[in-house]
Amino acid sequence: MIFTQKEFYHIIRDRWTMMMLVALPVLMIILFGFGITTEIKNSQFAILDLSRDVATQGIVNRLEASDYFTLEGYVTNTSQIESVFREGKIGLLVIFGQDFYEQLVRTGEAQIQLIADGTDPNTASTLVSYATSIIRGYQQELTASDQQGVPYQILPEVKLLYNPTMEGAYNTVPGVIGMILILICAMMTSVSITKEKEMGTMEVILVSPMPPLLIILSKVIPYFTISIINLTTVLLLSVFALNVPIVGSLWLLVFISLVYIIVSLALGLLISSVVEKQLVALLISAMGLILPIVMLSGLMFPVENMPIALQVVAQFIPAKWYIVAVKNVMIKGLGFSSILKEFMVLSGMGLIILTISLKKFKIRLE
Amino acid sequence: MSVIVAKNLTKRFGQFVAVDNISFEIEKGEIFGFLGANGAGKTTAMRMLCGLSLPSAGKGTVAGFDIEKQSEEVKAHIGYMSQKFAMYEDLKVWENLRLYAGIYGVPHKEIMPKIDQLLENLGFTSKKNTMVSALPLGWKQKLSFSAAIFHQPEIVFLDEPTGGVDPSTRRRFWELIYQAAEQGITVFVTTHYMDEAEYCNRVSIMVDGKIEVKSFYQAESMDQVFQKLARKAKRNSD
Repeated sequence: MIFTQKEFYHIIRDRWTMMMLVALPVLMIILFGFGITTEIKNSQFAILDLSRDVATQGIVNRLEASDYFTLEGYVTNTSQIESVFREGKIGLLVIFGQDFYEQLVRTGEAQIQLIADGTDPNTASTLVSYATSIIRGYQQELTASDQQGVPYQILPEVKLLYNPTMEGAYNTVPGVIGMILILICAMMTSVSITKEKEMGTMEVILVSPMPPLLIILSKVIPYFTISIINLTTVLLLSVFALNVPIVGSLWLLVFISLVYIIVSLALGLLISSVVEKQLVALLISAMGLILPIVMLSGLMFPVENMPIALQVVAQFIPAKWYIVAVKNVMIKGLGFSSILKEFMVLSGMGLIILTISLKKFKIRLE
Repeated sequence: MSVIVAKNLTKRFGQFVAVDNISFEIEKGEIFGFLGANGAGKTTAMRMLCGLSLPSAGKGTVAGFDIEKQSEEVKAHIGYMSQKFAMYEDLKVWENLRLYAGIYGVPHKEIMPKIDQLLENLGFTSKKNTMVSALPLGWKQKLSFSAAIFHQPEIVFLDEPTGGVDPSTRRRFWELIYQAAEQGITVFVTTHYMDEAEYCNRVSIMVDGKIEVKSFYQAESMDQVFQKLARKAKRNSD
């Protein structure tokens, strides 16, 4: 199809468009992804030890021996906790209750409390998970060395200051994918169609016997193709550069992404059928799509923590559903049944938006 | 045989009557000049005939097809050159021509030889691979026109095809129009240049949405007629 080929020429010959389409996803995934890959080394931690026995000493030694943690010092009572964090010297505080070892031996269970500075959620979650695994390691060792074979259970109780739910950290890659796809599909499509309106070429095309559906299709196909290329790049980058593995089925991930791409393209069509100017299309895509995605989709702030009104708004953002689905498939490795709801919502959205935009696409000029 | 018939065509935008009850007939092979000041309603009238805009009242047929009910058939039989320069600036000359040929369903095999032939006739072969953005306006207009008649339509609609270029370039453009007319293409051309009326077989003059003069061309009085009518106009030009 000549018309589609022409659209590719537009994209390839415009240096800025090309840059945006190719470099932006890479840049975004690297910038955002950097947060995930930051290895935490020699992070300062403090201890509040109310028992000071063999077991607590064992755990502290182990923590200190690891590359990840450096002991900053001991805190002597609970009233100091707040001020220790305020000073910002430590990222993690480990609290042992009274008679830690005794309880462990007698009941087989003991509690340990981990308090982390949640102002930087990425770091906090990493610290907590490192500390937890170290404690688990100690626990296993203890169980193995015990002749009676009674399994000891140390239950780490994790408390995060300042950002209790800790969403967000693993959202980054799915979130960035969600953002990139909508950016390319919706924004580029709407801008390219309004550009034709502005240039007057749309007028000439509308006078031609070419069917409107074909006009739309040939406008959309290039961006569809590019989205798939981008999806591939981003996934490759996240797997090989950021070490975020695709735990679940790749095909399922691709499938749900295709659904999302179609929703985004439909959104772009909708914008361009309502708007006449490129600049307006650009602004609407940026303010109306990208901003809500960044703010409300759970990419940066967990949806659960938002005021009810915003939570309701968030339900209407396709990216929110997509991000959940990607997380389930890519990070948690769940199957299709787990994203059935997201799939239904996205398909429903796509169908509605597509119908409206096809109806609104003007075959005539007024 | 009339290839374009307009009967009481009217177009309203809210309260504003852009085209007010106009009627005319155009014969095959004619060069019909549609004159009027800016904002007189020429473009709106033309858009209705091309099926780009639905008439609020009245009827019209183009190439024998109803402009309201058979706009798709109308589109297949006409060529159109819009007021704005409507070629893709970031495509090469031949790519633009090929694109429009493709849109109008010219068979694939015929396109490239025809483009070469056309460029040769225009003396433009050397610019085949030039980006359209690098061409002077006069050439862009010639190219637009060539694209509009590339598929050999029965009728070609030209909306202010020579805006913004000097008289000699305009004259050369009209030579192309004559060539097209010789091939039997009916030409419907809007313009606000009075001197271009001389080139037409027949003209009508639109003032404030109405057709004030519909006549065969009479060279001496044309300019005066137009001046008189234009002074009567109440609308501001756009």
